[in-house]
Amino acid sequence: MDLAINNGKIVEKINEKKAKVIDASGMMIMPGGVDIHCHIAGAEVNTGRLLRPEDHFRDVEVKTAVTRSGVGHSIPSTFTTGYRYSRMGYTTLMNPSMPPFEARHTHEELDDTPMVDKATYPLLGDWWFVLEHLRDGLIEECAAHIAWIMAATRGYAIKIVNPGGVEAWGFGRNVKGIDDSVPHFNITPREIIRGLCKVNKLLNMPHTIHVHTNNLGKPGNYVTTLETMKCVEDLAEENRPNIHITHCQFSAYKGSNWRNMSSGAEEIAKYVNHHNHVTLDMGQVIFTDTTTMTADGPFQYGLYRLTGNKWVNHDVETETSAGIVPFRYRRKSAVNATQWSIGLELALLIENPWKIYLTTDHPNGGPFTSYPTIITWLMSQVARKKMLIKINKRARRKSLLPSIDREYSFYEIAIVTRAGQAKALGLAQKGQLGVGADADVAIYDINPELVDPSKKYKKVRRAFKKAVYTIKGGEVVVKDGQIVKSVFGKTFWVDIKTSLPTEVNDDLKRKFREYWTVEYENYPLRKGFLHNPAPISIKAEV
Amino acid sequence: MSTGRIIIEGDVGMHLGEEMKGGVITVTGNAGSWVGGRMKGGTIEIKGDVGDYVGAAYRGSTKGMSGGTIIVHGNAGNEVGCFMRNGLIKVYGNIGQFAGIHMAKGTIFVQGSSEGRAGAQMRKGKIVVCSNIPSILPTFTVESIKPKVKIDEEKVTGPFYMFVGDRAEGGEGKLYVSQKQNQHLSFYEEYL
Repeated sequence: MDLAINNGKIVEKINEKKAKVIDASGMMIMPGGVDIHCHIAGAEVNTGRLLRPEDHFRDVEVKTAVTRSGVGHSIPSTFTTGYRYSRMGYTTLMNPSMPPFEARHTHEELDDTPMVDKATYPLLGDWWFVLEHLRDGLIEECAAHIAWIMAATRGYAIKIVNPGGVEAWGFGRNVKGIDDSVPHFNITPREIIRGLCKVNKLLNMPHTIHVHTNNLGKPGNYVTTLETMKCVEDLAEENRPNIHITHCQFSAYKGSNWRNMSSGAEEIAKYVNHHNHVTLDMGQVIFTDTTTMTADGPFQYGLYRLTGNKWVNHDVETETSAGIVPFRYRRKSAVNATQWSIGLELALLIENPWKIYLTTDHPNGGPFTSYPTIITWLMSQVARKKMLIKINKRARRKSLLPSIDREYSFYEIAIVTRAGQAKALGLAQKGQLGVGADADVAIYDINPELVDPSKKYKKVRRAFKKAVYTIKGGEVVVKDGQIVKSVFGKTFWVDIKTSLPTEVNDDLKRKFREYWTVEYENYPLRKGFLHNPAPISIKAEV
Repeated sequence: MSTGRIIIEGDVGMHLGEEMKGGVITVTGNAGSWVGGRMKGGTIEIKGDVGDYVGAAYRGSTKGMSGGTIIVHGNAGNEVGCFMRNGLIKVYGNIGQFAGIHMAKGTIFVQGSSEGRAGAQMRKGKIVVCSNIPSILPTFTVESIKPKVKIDEEKVTGPFYMFVGDRAEGGEGKLYVSQKQNQHLSFYEEYL
C-alpha cells in the first residue's frame, strides 16, 4: 500500500515520477505520535531545570550540523525535548500546566521546542474569577470569561489541578475530598468540576476538561477518583467523553497509609469499562531518577516531607501554585514498585484502548524517553515478568500483573500512543493517516506481521526508540534515528466565538489592579506573539 | 581513571581525578578546584595547594566523594569534602571555611588551622582540626576531651575537644579540635 503526501497533507494520489519515494516495505508505519500530557515548557519546568544541574551533566546532546546542543535527563532543554520526541516518532505534544500568568514564558519555550506541533492548557480550577462565577452559579458568564482567558493565554483546554486544594494551599490548607469546602470561597471541588464541565460543553471545546484529581498521591485516593468521575456522569451525552482524568496511576491508590498502600486499579478499570464519559492517561512510573513537578502545591509539600529532598514551592498570585521535588523511583521500594504495577494494571484492565493513553506524566513518573520500554511492558508478558522479579517482594505479592495475560497488539499501541490521544484532544487531522490528515508519519523498523512482540520485545523497544523516518508536515525530519532537518511546528489554541462579550468588565479590571502584579492591559498575549500560531475557531453556545 | 599512575610535574587545573575509581595521581605543584570530585577510590596526592570543593559533589547533587584518599601537602580552599560520603581527605596545610559541609561519612584531617564553620550540616563522619579554629558552630555540642584520635590506621595525639553535630540536621558527626591550640574555646569545658 502506498501513502501519498503533498503540501503537508496526506492525499489520494500523487505523480510518482516527480515525488520522492521512501521504501518502507517490511516496516511499520504509524501516524506521528501524540502526547496528551507532558510537562515540557513553562516557568515550572524551567525552575526544575534550574534546580537540577546534576540532572544535566550526565546527559548531554552534542551540537550537529542541524541540531543545537542541549542537556537534561529528566527535564531536557527545549530543543533537546523536541529532538528526542521526534526521534521516537512523536509529532504533537500537549503541555498540560500553564498558570495563565506564565503564558508568555510557556509560549516562548514552546516556540523554542522544534520538530513538533504543540499546545498548552491553562490552569483554571483555582482561578479566582472562575471560583467566584461558579459559586454564584453564573455558568454562562464563566464560559465567556474562560473564552477570554483562552484567547489571552493562547490556551487549548481547561486544566484543573486539585480543584480548590491549590487555592486552599495559598492559606496553608488543602481539601480532603470533593465535598470539602474551599476556604474563603464557599465552594466545593465537586461544584468546580461540574461547573467547568458545563462550561467546557457550552464552549464546544475540542478537548474535555483535563483533571488532576484531589488527594493525588495519597493512599486511599481511588475513592476520590471514582467520585470525581461519577460527579460528571449525568452531564455526559451520546457516549462522548466529558472528563479526562490525567496521570491516573497517581490517583489509584488503596489503603490508609503508605505501609498498607495497594492498587485501586481494578475498581477504576471496572468503572471506566462500564462508562463512556471518561478517558484516562496512565502516568506510568519508571524506575529512574526524575524530577516531579505539578501545580499541586500541597502534594509536592507532602513529597518533600517524605523525601527530605531539595524543593521549590510557588504561589502564582491568584491563579494557582506549583511545586518541584527531585525524586528517584526505586525497584526495591514497596510503594514505588506498587506505583509501577498500578500504571500497567490500569492500561491492561481497561478493555477499550481508546479510553486510556500512554504517558508517564513526563517528567513526574519518568522521562518521556522511556515510552518504548512501557510499550514493551504493554505488549509482552515476558517483559513484565522480567521486571516483576526485580521489584520489591511485598509489592510483587500484591501486584495484579501476574494474573493478567493481556498483551497489546500493534494496533492497540497505535491507539494509546497516537490515535486515541488525538481523538480525545479533538485533533481530527492528527493520529490518523486518512486522506486530508496532516502528513505526520513515523516509520519504525519492525515488521508487525513477522515479529511476535510478546517474545521479541527487545526488538520492539529498539524500533520504537529510534524511528527510521519521522515525517513532520510532509518533510523528512528524522532518518535512521538522527535529526536531518529542524522544523518549527504550530502552536494550537482555541479561538472561541461567543455572543456574550468576552472582554473583562470594569469590576474585573479593578481586581486586576488590586490582586495582580500585572495590569490588565499588559496581561493578554498580543497578536504576533506566537512564532507559528494555529488558532482553531470554535463557535460557542453562549 | 580506574587504574595506573599519573605524575604531573607542575600545576594542574580544575576537576582533577573526577569520578576516579582507582590508581594514583601525584601532582608536584598546585591544583585547581574540584580535585577528586565524586571520586570512588584510588589516591590523589598534591604537594602544593588546592582550590575549593575537594572531594565534593557536583552542583545540585548530594553525592560527593564515596571512597579513596586525597592528600594535600599545602593549603586547601573552602567547602572541602562537600557532601562527602566516605573516604579520607588529609590536608597538611590550612583549610578554608565550611570543611565537611553536608558530610555523611568519611574523614577530613587538617594539620593546620581552619577558617571556621567546620562540619556545617554534617550528619556523620569525622573532622579533625589540629590547629586553630576561630569558633565552633552553635549547632554543635561538646561531648568530651579525647587524648587521641584515630585517622585511618594512625593515631594523632591531642588532646582534642570532641563536638557532636550538626544538631540542626539531627547529625552525629564528630568534630575534633585541638585543645592546646584553641584556648579561646575553653569555656566549653564547663559543659562537660
